[in-house]
Amino acid sequence: MFEQILFYWFTAVLLFAAVGVVTLRNPVYAALSLILAFFTMTALWLLMEAEFLAIVLILVYVGAVMVLFLFVIMMLDLKSVGREGFIRYLPIGLGVAVMVALEMIMVLQRSNFASERYTPPAAAADFNNPEALGELLYTHYLYPFEIAAVILLVAVIAAILLTLRKRDAGDQAAKTQDIERQVRVKSEDRVRLVKMKSE
Amino acid sequence: MEFFSSIWYAFPEALRTVIVILLQIVAVVIPLILVVAYTTYAERKVIGFMQGRLGPNRVGPRGLLQPFADTFKLLLKEVIIPTSSDRYLFLLAPILALAPAFAAWVVIPFSENMVLADINAGLLFVLALSSLGVYGIIIAGWASNSKYSMLSAMRIGAQMISYEIAMGFALGGVLMAANSLNLNDIVRAQSGSVFSWFVWPLFGLFIVYFISGVAETNRAPFDVAEGESEIVAGFHVEYSGIAFALFFLAEYANMIMISALTSIMFLGGWLSPFQGLDFLTSLPVLGVIFGNGIHWLGLKVAFFLLLYLWFRATFPRYRYDQIMRLGWKVLIPVTFVWIFFEIIAVAFGWQPWL
Repeated sequence: MFEQILFYWFTAVLLFAAVGVVTLRNPVYAALSLILAFFTMTALWLLMEAEFLAIVLILVYVGAVMVLFLFVIMMLDLKSVGREGFIRYLPIGLGVAVMVALEMIMVLQRSNFASERYTPPAAAADFNNPEALGELLYTHYLYPFEIAAVILLVAVIAAILLTLRKRDAGDQAAKTQDIERQVRVKSEDRVRLVKMKSE
Repeated sequence: MEFFSSIWYAFPEALRTVIVILLQIVAVVIPLILVVAYTTYAERKVIGFMQGRLGPNRVGPRGLLQPFADTFKLLLKEVIIPTSSDRYLFLLAPILALAPAFAAWVVIPFSENMVLADINAGLLFVLALSSLGVYGIIIAGWASNSKYSMLSAMRIGAQMISYEIAMGFALGGVLMAANSLNLNDIVRAQSGSVFSWFVWPLFGLFIVYFISGVAETNRAPFDVAEGESEIVAGFHVEYSGIAFALFFLAEYANMIMISALTSIMFLGGWLSPFQGLDFLTSLPVLGVIFGNGIHWLGLKVAFFLLLYLWFRATFPRYRYDQIMRLGWKVLIPVTFVWIFFEIIAVAFGWQPWL
């Protein structure tokens, strides 16, 4: 009973937020509704007793990815972006929407996704979600997990390389500080005591 | 008594659950707010003494009522909303800053049985909520529509994300040592004597965690977000009255939170340092004091809060690039190395690790 009230409440908020993401004109508001959508999604996952995934969703998407998103949106002046071209792109948009809807209907109608196949298994009261997940990830799915980690590492290195520029080319040379040298500096290097007669 | 219980059970079950949860929230939040109030007092007194001043000493005996005077002053002041600000987000921001700071307290074990939600992913929960606190500040900075606020929001966004990584790695070390994500289990894993506290085998992670904790709460010397001399007061420059006070409440609640977490994860939380010395813990009256309990957690938290104040009175503010360098090039490599050796130690079953 209580759980059902919570479920419908969070679902309503989630739908409201998701509609807000695509309809709000102010990009900051749209990003904030996306955050709200993520947040209510975690509440739904918590209701399904998937607390580890829920917390990780908050940690990764809400806590880090969306902060950077907001960051970029706030830095750019997007207030001037209007809705020009709305009519022009409407047919394409509608076509894509219909396609996605059809695909979803086709997939969800297959028996593989029937709800009776996905009733949550009755877990014991002391069922430890992170532990169970960890055991699966590090034994049965060890190789896929490691490969995913390596792919992410490659992406990190690629991102760094893309932004790395040669800094020592003539006029373009960027000014950098050698912090070790700054720390090692002594007063004799900077201050020159001069003896002179008073005038 | 029976009369009350008959009224109580007349309520529907859902309503009873809600009432119990609300009462539990009040039971944690009210003491927390009081501690925050007296932390501000302690801050002014301690820094005052360190600088050879007296600190507040006019309101009440020895200035003890000063926090209440401040609170009432801020409550009675007008909340000014700048004309060109984003009205709704401007008012939403302090709440967004405050809510995660309070919500994280549900998983803190105050003593063996005093914990509101004994969830098995407590450590992750705390980490997730502490990463949410940044939204209040970023939104405040943007909604104020002021250059100083915006600069401050950018600074703190980058700073908090950077230090969260070092913090997460330090927590990873604790998790490996304790073999659990549940905070009460982490405390129990340190029982034995003072020497089984995690601060000894994980000393490097302890230092890294506390430094990143100071940076996460953007306190001195990492308080570039509110650097008075360059960007006036940063993200809360446009706030006044109680909206301003809420930011401070959140900041101090976060400080106490970091102190509590550091004591729980590295200094044995509610465990007594005299644990294992049976001739002390079995004394008739003093045994309770020497035994485990909430008072030890309180003392440890107070110690870390003192460190916070001490840092503020001692260190000059870091420059922004120095903060980034410290986070990425010093703290994160330290945790890498420490965790690498810890993995080896755990794999070979060496006790204590390292």
